Amino acid sequence: MEREMTGAEMVLRAFQDQGVKHVFGYPGGAVLPIYDELIQQDVIEHILVRHEQGAGHAAEGYARSTGKPGVCLVTSGPGATNMVTALTDAMLDSIPLVCITGQVPTNLIGSDAFQECDTVGITRTCTKHNWLVKKIEDLPRILHEAFYVATSGRPGPVVVDIPKDVQFATGIYEGPAPNATQHKSYRPQLKGDMNAIRATVELIASAKRPVFYTGGGVINAGPAASQLLRELAEMTGVPVTSTLMGLGAYPASGPLWLGMLGMHGTYEANMAMHDCDVMICIGARFDDRITGRLDAFSPNSKKVHIDIDPSSINKIVRVDIPIVGDVGYVLEDIVRIWRASNMKQNPELKAWHEQVNKWRARNCLAYKPNDDVIMPQYALQRLAAAIKGKDYYISTEVGQHQMWAAQFLGFEEPNRWLTSGGFGTMGYGLPAAIGAQVAHPDALCINIAGDASILMNIQEMSTAVQHGLSPKTFILNNSYMGMVRQWQQLLHGNRLSHSYTDSLPDFVKLAEAYGGTGIRVTKPDELDDAIEEMINAKGPVLFDCCVAQMANCFPMIPSGKAHNQMLLPDEATDEVVANAIGNEGKALV
Amino acid sequence: MNAQNVDALSAYFLAEVSETKETHTLSVIVDNEPGVLARVIGLFSARGYNIDSLSVSETEHEKHISRITIVTTGTPQIIEQIRHQLDRLVPVHRVRDLTVAAHKLNQDKPLERELALIKVAGQGDKRLEALRLSEAFKAVVIDATVDHFVFEITGRTSKIEQFIEIMRPLGLVEVSRTGVAALNRGAEGL
Repeated sequence: MEREMTGAEMVLRAFQDQGVKHVFGYPGGAVLPIYDELIQQDVIEHILVRHEQGAGHAAEGYARSTGKPGVCLVTSGPGATNMVTALTDAMLDSIPLVCITGQVPTNLIGSDAFQECDTVGITRTCTKHNWLVKKIEDLPRILHEAFYVATSGRPGPVVVDIPKDVQFATGIYEGPAPNATQHKSYRPQLKGDMNAIRATVELIASAKRPVFYTGGGVINAGPAASQLLRELAEMTGVPVTSTLMGLGAYPASGPLWLGMLGMHGTYEANMAMHDCDVMICIGARFDDRITGRLDAFSPNSKKVHIDIDPSSINKIVRVDIPIVGDVGYVLEDIVRIWRASNMKQNPELKAWHEQVNKWRARNCLAYKPNDDVIMPQYALQRLAAAIKGKDYYISTEVGQHQMWAAQFLGFEEPNRWLTSGGFGTMGYGLPAAIGAQVAHPDALCINIAGDASILMNIQEMSTAVQHGLSPKTFILNNSYMGMVRQWQQLLHGNRLSHSYTDSLPDFVKLAEAYGGTGIRVTKPDELDDAIEEMINAKGPVLFDCCVAQMANCFPMIPSGKAHNQMLLPDEATDEVVANAIGNEGKALV
Repeated sequence: MNAQNVDALSAYFLAEVSETKETHTLSVIVDNEPGVLARVIGLFSARGYNIDSLSVSETEHEKHISRITIVTTGTPQIIEQIRHQLDRLVPVHRVRDLTVAAHKLNQDKPLERELALIKVAGQGDKRLEALRLSEAFKAVVIDATVDHFVFEITGRTSKIEQFIEIMRPLGLVEVSRTGVAALNRGAEGL
């Protein structure tokens, strides 16, 4: 029989049994017993953040860049509530997180004790599942179940709330069940329905204007799924577009790549979506940033939707062939059946490819070059040139810089692009880059930021310095909350209410104050050398790239408009921008 | 082509979509663990779904399994969403739309019953009338003084609604209702 151990020991033991190598956390009264165990072992490395939200986003960056669950450890009360934003972010983007929160002792629960809050109540709607562990006997089972739930099916965040007396209590530890998939109630369906898959193969083969619309589900299904997508695209000749979350599944250098779709997607991607006759949605969810005006969304296509979450299907857009299953399994079946039945590319695809090339020739990402002022797009193009061929991971904050990064940095591999898509969390990028750097110490981890977003979790610079990490933050500094300002120009008569940041800190001095390196660039011709300096610097860098202040992000589908009503950069005069959105569109988010 | 997935198992093609609202009764089999009812109710409020009636009780004590019966109203698409959203909650074992199951058996509705306790106070003719009507509705008197009755009535929701309306002018004081319990007809279980 196994020896007895404390609840706190069980937490560390379960981490080990689940293959955890790194934990992002912040200590406090209600997790002290677990921290006491942490320091007495050296299998699991703890990354001490400066704010619990930072721990959450770092764990997200870690998870997204490795495919493994991110693990965080925080105390009760404010420790737990500071995690709420990161948990919700992970929920919206289907990122596997296991978050352990301390709780006041069971006999004090409900008494408004110091640093008490109803953690499972507060996090119920922003986690895939959560548990309050009231008895030591339940702890090992719940810990293993937490990892299973977070990582299986559609991944997501889970919280295990452990009262302090349970951490001190002793009991018998049990390892993970040999067959973890035998969960009593949660068993996601992995294999797709074969009739639907056969019908999909026939639909693709007979399509004249098909398009693959791929999303984060392809990334979540593992690198093999991205490989299958590439094979399938090549054998079928179907052009590929992707959501923000799915970038990298199909390589940006691939011949069938249309670029990102949606509100700030490319002209060719959105036009292909609008005019296609067959749409195969693979691991995406018809988000409002993708569809634009719903009643004009791809009006003449038959739609197939592959998703592991049945509730995603027919939620927003009704589809003709729903396939519930893991994208990896379903793509494997589609590829196999296509090969087995000797399907050939439809010769009529030639005309479709020609049409796509015409749209491509519209050159929708063009911008006016400038010799005196750095255009943000130009800065990103220079950055892309400098990191080409290197082993890099890119995270972003949220706003214009994020959309430009998605447009101008090509991704060749999955798991290289870490961004807050569904929830749009400013302050995500720096901790996410730290998380990626922890997982990949020798890689180049760059956070593309705006001057406003970076200040939301700037304190994590200190984390990077303490742990010898070198995330580079590339700030496109225009002194504005650029995307907020862009919407004020579009929607509110150019009245720029509180979207200009007066009194920004000196980012160079700020970086130095944290013990990192600060670099400032104001002229286009200084960019290349400065970027090289950033890449070669040891320790974290704040790169203050002072860009054209009034540049806006195009192309754009204005709110309430359809895919074929994009606002292109060369057409977006002040007057057009001011009148782009009608009254109905103004009410939309 | 906009059509609706009628049966999740037979993947496709697909009935015309109706935008008219329907009332459906769902059975949800869940682990009887803390917070499970909050999850279900929270889902409905967070996503803006309606709950017309809800009842819950542990039905298999050894396995700690409870059965939640929810009556909800929405378009067929919304009701399909509700079913899937419930099904993906971790402690939910199964969700069945009893109304859809009844339709497949060529029945209008599943079996649905509700129990209500109804307190009526009054004297004279009104009191006699209340008692006479309660007999017509097969309600049972479970408490009485010279001033009041408490009736127990079981039946379909519509019957209970009707009884309450009739009692209103006869001195209705208060009502307690259990919410709907429901099963499909026939030998098959869920």
